[in-house]
Amino acid sequence: MSAHAESYRAVRTYALVLASLLALTVITVIAAGVNFGSAFVNVVVALAIASVKASLVALYFMHLRHDRPMSAVIFVTGLAMLAIFLMFCFLDTLTREHVEPAVTAQIYVRAASISARILSAS
Amino acid sequence: MSKSEVALEHGAHEPFLQHHFHDLEQQGEASKIGMWLFLVTEILLFGGLFVGYGIMRMLHAEAFHQGHLHLDRTLGALNTVVLLVSSFTMAMAVHSARTGDRKRLIVFLAATLAFAGVFLGVKYFEYSHKFHEGLLPGKYYRHTGDAVPGVAAFFGFYFVMTGLHGLHVLAGMIAIGWLLRRAVRGDFSPSYYSPVDLTGLYWHLVDMIWIYLFPLLYLIS
Amino acid sequence: MTGANYLTEQRGLRSWLFTLDHKRIGVMYLWSTLLAFFLGGVLAMLIRLELLTPTRTLMDADTYNKAFTLHGAIMIFLFIIPSIPAALGNFVLPLLLGARDVAFPRLNLASYYLYVAGALMALASMITGGIDTGWTFYTPYSTSTGGAVNLVTLAVFVLGFSSIFTGVNFIATTHKLRAPGMNWFRMPLFVWGIYATAIIQILATPVLGITVLLLFLERVFGVGIFDPKLGGDPVLFQHFFWFYSHPAVYIMILPGMAIISEVIPVFSRRPIFGYRAIAFSSVAIAAVSFLVWGHHMYVSGQSVLASALFSFLTFLVAIPSAVKVFNWVATMYKGSIWLQAPMIYAIMFLLLFAIGGLTGLFLGSLAVDVHLHDTYFVVAHFHYVMMGGTFIAFLAGLHYWWPKMFGRMYSERWSRIAAALVFVGFNATFLAQFVMGSRGMPRRYYNYLPEFQALHVVSTVGSWILALGLLITAGYLLASLRKRPDAPANPWGGMTLEWQTSSPPPTHNFAAVPVVDRGPYDFPPLEAEEELAGRPA
Repeated sequence: MSAHAESYRAVRTYALVLASLLALTVITVIAAGVNFGSAFVNVVVALAIASVKASLVALYFMHLRHDRPMSAVIFVTGLAMLAIFLMFCFLDTLTREHVEPAVTAQIYVRAASISARILSAS
Repeated sequence: MSKSEVALEHGAHEPFLQHHFHDLEQQGEASKIGMWLFLVTEILLFGGLFVGYGIMRMLHAEAFHQGHLHLDRTLGALNTVVLLVSSFTMAMAVHSARTGDRKRLIVFLAATLAFAGVFLGVKYFEYSHKFHEGLLPGKYYRHTGDAVPGVAAFFGFYFVMTGLHGLHVLAGMIAIGWLLRRAVRGDFSPSYYSPVDLTGLYWHLVDMIWIYLFPLLYLIS
Repeated sequence: MTGANYLTEQRGLRSWLFTLDHKRIGVMYLWSTLLAFFLGGVLAMLIRLELLTPTRTLMDADTYNKAFTLHGAIMIFLFIIPSIPAALGNFVLPLLLGARDVAFPRLNLASYYLYVAGALMALASMITGGIDTGWTFYTPYSTSTGGAVNLVTLAVFVLGFSSIFTGVNFIATTHKLRAPGMNWFRMPLFVWGIYATAIIQILATPVLGITVLLLFLERVFGVGIFDPKLGGDPVLFQHFFWFYSHPAVYIMILPGMAIISEVIPVFSRRPIFGYRAIAFSSVAIAAVSFLVWGHHMYVSGQSVLASALFSFLTFLVAIPSAVKVFNWVATMYKGSIWLQAPMIYAIMFLLLFAIGGLTGLFLGSLAVDVHLHDTYFVVAHFHYVMMGGTFIAFLAGLHYWWPKMFGRMYSERWSRIAAALVFVGFNATFLAQFVMGSRGMPRRYYNYLPEFQALHVVSTVGSWILALGLLITAGYLLASLRKRPDAPANPWGGMTLEWQTSSPPPTHNFAAVPVVDRGPYDFPPLEAEEELAGRPA
């Protein structure tokens, strides 16, 4: 393909990507007004649309589609680490048990007596 | 002709080739790896904020909902469009550099800079409105009449996340301004345009972060 | 050795302050990190003096809290994390790869200046009130206490970027600046170790950055993410903090292991056993290190399910480390062992790291950790891996590359005396701490029950022996610098590229870019005379 044709093709791609991004932005705003049932699903839908937009930016504007694979490996690894951080934090926060106040009080009493013992020994 | 083309014509050593690389291609590829690695650090930096936001939001759903009602969706959407278009002009700038089109490179860099300025202008407008209403972060929160307590926490995140993002937009503007100066000077050519390419990558990341910030802060309820 | 080299080719303060030469940057890092180690060490000696008696010995409780906080922060952020990568690694990595410099020399210098800035900020905190939060800055205490917390958190933020820039440089250098013929599996294993370290530096450090930034904002603006009174979650701070700080301990140990992988083959005169296993295990350690941070939080209020999951994953991370230890020992089997200082320290590493690593498993087990958490068992464990592991490996590397860096040989006799003192002193100091920890002695305590005093006295006396050994080490190393340059290009008979150039190297590293056609540990067999005379060949 001649340099000129290749250049035209690239510009056309960028224009198409921009158009898609703008369309998806409109969809995001509309979708935010729709109630999909639970708050969780609303969040998932919004993030999914955002991820499509982000992928377009990464693949085409940032040339990940046509560059050496190393750049994509680096990028995806970063995202994977973030996902791990997110997942474990949520896992912890969602599965914590409620501690009975009586149990907490017992723990404090026991700790106080140990401290008193240390202080009186010094 | 660009400065580097002139230098080559006169048989000089590549003006922008550093001595420990054997050609511009190797130098460019190394710089690209370096920039992607830096972008990953930015993803994790902001990512931490997203994780914090997600957890706090989960713990205080009602307060966060109340908080987000104070945000102007139209302005948020406008800023989203502005940044997306600026990403397009930045990609076109890189393309112009790669094809040796100096005039268009300058035009697209200037356009990107202009759109970035609009973004910050809108944010300034949004922030001053929030300050006026007393919707300030943390202990400076002065708004009254909230349906639930804890809305201050939402604004803590709002200001930290958009503030940090705004600082990155500003830094990007400085970098693009510097590129503009170099472009006018004629530093770039099809064989050497890596600073434009790398700044473009940074700019697209800044756009990507906003792509996630907008729905999370302004839209979801 | 009589020719011009990187130390002599340019002179004057400006030539050092504005250098772009990775070797000079490495040397500046070396002196800076050693100075930090000295400061951290003085604090350690003061802590151990205070703990000679169960009550007040020479300082009050507030000062004690500041002392151990500063000791931890200095040792971790100003010494252990930068030392091997930025001091030794900066010097040696391009040489090992056959390159003329790292990929981004200006970024390298920037990294050094960020280190200095962060260090000055951290040290300034000593004058502006100090901090007493422990190096871990747990909330809500750290968000509400007085003192120089703001300054230190900003210092940590700056130091984090220094670390990130070093990581970015090393990865790009490894990918793009290898000499012709050096494919990934002909690289010295030190490079694999530093590469894996750099991966962690890039992925983990930003989270530390955002953590300290949020801590700073919480203190200044009362944002409320970590403060329970404002609806925040203090355990969230711990998640944020340990997401970095656990992988950080592998930033500390991987470079140490990388050095051991270089020293053992040379001083056993045998190719490393299981090159690929060691190479891949470095990357595996880096990967798995991100999955285990919750093992620091078993008793903090983390959910039982999350704790159990983290405990299981913690067992996994021990496996690649064990693979390395077995491979190092197998390398020595039927080798021709030459007991010079680098090798003495390498063998010491094997023993001390094994103890440290195995005791980590005790702590990783959820049920056992409930009893051992926040006791001296933890303190002993991390000193065995960080000091007995990383620091001993650092000494091995320092003695190995000292002739290359400075063109001088040090006194072998004094190095053996020092090594013996270090070994005895270290074990006396910290073995006692395993015992007292398992019997219930809590960490960070200013006063303690009288029944622990005997063990504390043993530990303190041990610290004096250890300090003596280290002072002697400093003595003979510095004394060597006053000699005329006398080191040959290859004093140890190594096969890696740094030994193909003079000691010290010229500024541009190699006269001609080397072409590589064999592995880094392909030793020719020793002739009998050389073996009797004491190497190399």
